Amino acid sequence: MKLTIALAQMNAQLGVVQANLEKHLALAGEARAQGADLIIFPELSLTGYVLQDLTPTVACRPRADDPVFRPLLEASRQLDLMLGFVEEDTRNRFFISAAYLSAGEVLHVHRKVYLPTYGLFDEGRFFAWGDAVRAFETRFGRMGMLICEDFWHASPPYLLWLDGADVFLFQSASPGRGLTSDDRLETARWVDHINRAYASLFTAFVAHTNRVGYEDGLHFWGGAAVYDPDGRVILQAPYDEETLTLTELDLNQLHRTRARLPMLRDERTALVLREMQRILSNDNRQSGR
Amino acid sequence: MLKKEVDLNIHVELTKRILTGFIRSEITRMGFQRAVVGLSGGVDSALSCTLAALALGAENVLAVRMPYRTSSSESLEHAQMVIDQLGVQTLTVEITPMVEPLFERFPEMNAMRRGNVMARQRMIILYDQSAAFNGLVVGTGNKTEILLGYTTLYGDSACALNPIGDLYKTQVRQLARALGVPPVIIEKPPTADLWKGQTDEGELGYTYAEVDKLLYLLVDQRYTPVECVEAGFDEGFVHSVVERVRRNQFKRVLPPIAKLSNRTVGYDFLYLRDWGT
Repeated sequence: MKLTIALAQMNAQLGVVQANLEKHLALAGEARAQGADLIIFPELSLTGYVLQDLTPTVACRPRADDPVFRPLLEASRQLDLMLGFVEEDTRNRFFISAAYLSAGEVLHVHRKVYLPTYGLFDEGRFFAWGDAVRAFETRFGRMGMLICEDFWHASPPYLLWLDGADVFLFQSASPGRGLTSDDRLETARWVDHINRAYASLFTAFVAHTNRVGYEDGLHFWGGAAVYDPDGRVILQAPYDEETLTLTELDLNQLHRTRARLPMLRDERTALVLREMQRILSNDNRQSGR
Repeated sequence: MLKKEVDLNIHVELTKRILTGFIRSEITRMGFQRAVVGLSGGVDSALSCTLAALALGAENVLAVRMPYRTSSSESLEHAQMVIDQLGVQTLTVEITPMVEPLFERFPEMNAMRRGNVMARQRMIILYDQSAAFNGLVVGTGNKTEILLGYTTLYGDSACALNPIGDLYKTQVRQLARALGVPPVIIEKPPTADLWKGQTDEGELGYTYAEVDKLLYLLVDQRYTPVECVEAGFDEGFVHSVVERVRRNQFKRVLPPIAKLSNRTVGYDFLYLRDWGT
């Protein structure tokens, strides 16, 4: 099976949902016209990133009766969409969320489980922590979604892998930092390294799209990319430019790579669980929260 | 003991791309197309002016020269070299008749007070030209001087946006060289030119090349002062820089507002400037 994926490396207006929504619909139309089956938008693509006190004013609910989601669900009859938004739940908690829409339905919502609250980041101050990492079925097979800091940690991609994801959809709004004599920022180099590693270690497809543009002095660097199950880059979008780039994923590559390299078959999940239980039950303070 | 090698080299094309994009974005989303830069004849303002011209087009940049009667003629000439090379719009406003009445009113003014008055007078001219030219004031302060507080509050530090404030002086020089700023400007001793014979390095007591390496370890790499000494820096030097950075924090923040209500500007009224754009 083939899957043509479009990476929307877009800028967003900070806190102006209607303008960003229109941009989503235009890009989705353009991607469909170019033959895309699925379009991926960056983290918080409907709202912009450094929301701070704008957070409660831009939140929505991923349902057919929501005025923001209604036209997006309509668009998803033409092609599948993954987009980023602020989700308000029934108890009025706010999440950084990603929604996967297909054929007029919300197939899955992922709430960001790792909220960076250090250095220049302050997400934990404004958002609630997501509490689940789940793969989900699509018309192209089982996929998993993660948002930025989620995949700076090794465990969420690992969980998605065990939960059956063969295509990893990553979105970010990554503020560039770490200027050296290298032609890429340290952030860009790091994200490329880890995504290449996930594709290789999990013999799976990884598609990542990142924002471009500025918010005050923060600069989002773009550099969207797709990696195949052999860890090869099959699409590399330019840095710092607003672009819509498409590539075709030959999903049969999963069969060929895994026939050669049975990492998934041989993964010792029971051993992992056993050792995790031992490590966590030992009152071990060395392993995070 | 071998001193730790500190590599401050930057990729100039990448830096240029990020900084020109920043200037374009932050000026146009505020509803402007143009920039105003105070051009002193030194490397910092030459670089800011060059980046603004690259970002917006030379015709959209107004370079303002603001000499005082004791300013060196070399400063004026070097500023002219940048203007000629870039083809930016230009204006020269002598500040002498504006600041002298205040100096006469307070004849006891020392060099520091006079220097501050001059820096603030230049700010007044730049902000007036900002309205007249319909452009935003692009700052010229580098990371070294911001950290050391080697700047006049509400004077040369005042600006609408600052493209070079995260570049150490050493990096400013590297980028300026790559973008074609005349070598004579890059190589001369840096000076605020507020009085005759003044040089930054003379006033500070160390060279930028030296202090940039130390600041990079302290600030960017989060070395403790003890680790900096272990890395080969003189203990007295390390402590004077650490203390200077701390003492000048007031120049890097907005004035604190006394909190009374449930929602106070600066504490829990949090929005980026780019809010809604």
